[in-house]
Amino acid sequence: MAAEKRPDPAVRGGDRSVADLEGIARRLRADIITMLEAAGSGHPGGSLSAIDVLTALWFREMRHRPEEPGWPDRDRFVLSKGHAVPALYAVYAEAGYLRRDELPTLRRLGSRLQGHPDRRFLPCLEGNTGSLGQGISIGIGMALGLRMDRSGARVYVMIGDGETDEGQVWEAALWAGAHGPKVDNLCVLTDVNRIQNDTFCDDELPLEPLGEKWRGMGWNVLDVDGHDMGAVVGALEAARACTGRPTQILCRTVKGKGVSFMENQPGFHGVAPTKEQAAKALVEIAAGLGGSGPAGAGLRAGGRS
Amino acid sequence: MPVRTFETGPATRDAYGDALCELGAENPRVVALDADLSKSTKSGVFGKKFPDRYWNIGIQEMNMVGMACGLANTGRIPFISSFAVFLMAKGFDQLRMNVAYACENNVKVVGSHGGISIGEDGPSQMGIEDVALGCLLPGFTVCVPADAVAAKALTKAAADHPGPVYLRMGRPKVPLVYRQGERFAFGKAKSHATGGDVAILANGLMLAEAIRASDLLRDEGIEATVLDVHTVKPLDEEAVLAAARECGAVVTAEEHLVHGGLGTAVAHCLALHHPVPLEFVGVADTYAESATPEQLLEKYGLTARAIADAARRAAARKGRSGSRGGGH
Repeated sequence: MAAEKRPDPAVRGGDRSVADLEGIARRLRADIITMLEAAGSGHPGGSLSAIDVLTALWFREMRHRPEEPGWPDRDRFVLSKGHAVPALYAVYAEAGYLRRDELPTLRRLGSRLQGHPDRRFLPCLEGNTGSLGQGISIGIGMALGLRMDRSGARVYVMIGDGETDEGQVWEAALWAGAHGPKVDNLCVLTDVNRIQNDTFCDDELPLEPLGEKWRGMGWNVLDVDGHDMGAVVGALEAARACTGRPTQILCRTVKGKGVSFMENQPGFHGVAPTKEQAAKALVEIAAGLGGSGPAGAGLRAGGRS
Repeated sequence: MPVRTFETGPATRDAYGDALCELGAENPRVVALDADLSKSTKSGVFGKKFPDRYWNIGIQEMNMVGMACGLANTGRIPFISSFAVFLMAKGFDQLRMNVAYACENNVKVVGSHGGISIGEDGPSQMGIEDVALGCLLPGFTVCVPADAVAAKALTKAAADHPGPVYLRMGRPKVPLVYRQGERFAFGKAKSHATGGDVAILANGLMLAEAIRASDLLRDEGIEATVLDVHTVKPLDEEAVLAAARECGAVVTAEEHLVHGGLGTAVAHCLALHHPVPLEFVGVADTYAESATPEQLLEKYGLTARAIADAARRAAARKGRSGSRGGGH
């Protein structure tokens, strides 16, 4: 188990290889499916699209102490797309913030694992989210506060591409871009899985060219395949090396990644797998299947039957 | 006894600026943010003294609430200010999600230009729903100071209070009801007159009007209790119920919609514990208009005379069928 060979979490850039990270991500994908099937509701698509990026972030890039969740110099992570919280619970279990056997309690009465992030129950969560558009603003405040403390800690916020429809995202983008040197410890990761609640983003409110928009507001913009672990690790390192500007990493992903019948299916945004679907999904995840190839390649709603 | 007159004091928003500067000097964890109304809210005076702890972020109320929460996460005590209506209405979801629901966020929310006494700018700038919105947020303390002395003391108390606070400030200069050095605690009403016929519960600039109303009533032989219920939430139920039991009739007076503010909080308390005749003075179910503050307060019924009229109505209802006054 990864728990025994956990690198010193206070040291950034632990010794995990890309292959190690890919192994962790595979395990966490299985955890996501297992807990959603047990819960009978939840959001598999955006959890599976985000999990590779979260794995690189939490098990290689971020400095944090599971044994001391309130460590003042911890790197902060805000999951602005709060509906993907099963992915974060899987990360927490892997890192040691939760017991893995707590995962199947997701969404049950009395569970700490609420349907969306709720720090009243689980204080290691940074921010309560689920009403979209709010995480970057919180991240800016954290980044400013950490700078005032002369802490070297960094702040990461994950948003969704659909979430980018929200006006507050652009308030925050404008402010942070205009005050780059004060918040170059801030990194936003956009899970560009191209699908929102109702349908494909392109069919509802097209967002591209997303990179140009962020660049135009003063951000350092990186664009990576969000399922290429080596590329994600490299982008996180590049974000850390960037001074004078906050960084936006556009992570091009596949919604439902790793489970063939969930990939690119808007129907699996907010519907949990049945027992049979979960069993099939776990087989596919264990075998490392999943059919989409490069993230987002050729994806358009118009191409679907 | 003639109807009292009060010395005109500073606006409560001016007292906010003074208090914030004192807090800045006393506590390095105090920071402040504004959304392009720093000259009006008076947060700008803090910004001049403590530029490293102040952000006038632009016209971004939603972003401001979120930033304050992030700063609170690193141990700061953020005070955020704008016009009451913009902060509470535009920032409401962020206040709900990031402050109230995330319950550990020690954010102090200060809305200036509360009520209709802002005058000529008109209803788009008037906070008449802000107290109701604040009261809807679990865990929030909601406070409407009556004068500059109270505003300064309660702003300073907010910094010491662990948890979210909404403070409502006003634009015009208002009568000085309190002497310098008067002490205040959240949730503790302050008595300004004691009588057995009717209890007038007021806050904000309506407190001075309530005191003047009690003078008008005394000339007619009606003795009124007057309480400054500066904290609408948590309500000082002990004081409210004691006044209701003593007087058997109650009037609330506030510069806010009659729904959702002090009147609603008092009605809730009395309905549960001691129903007595109750009358409400406030802005009826409408928006005001452009005019001078004095004209607006007169037209929309926020005067000592209107309070006295309501007090007579409440007192007259005592002992009629369906209500029981005075008894236990």
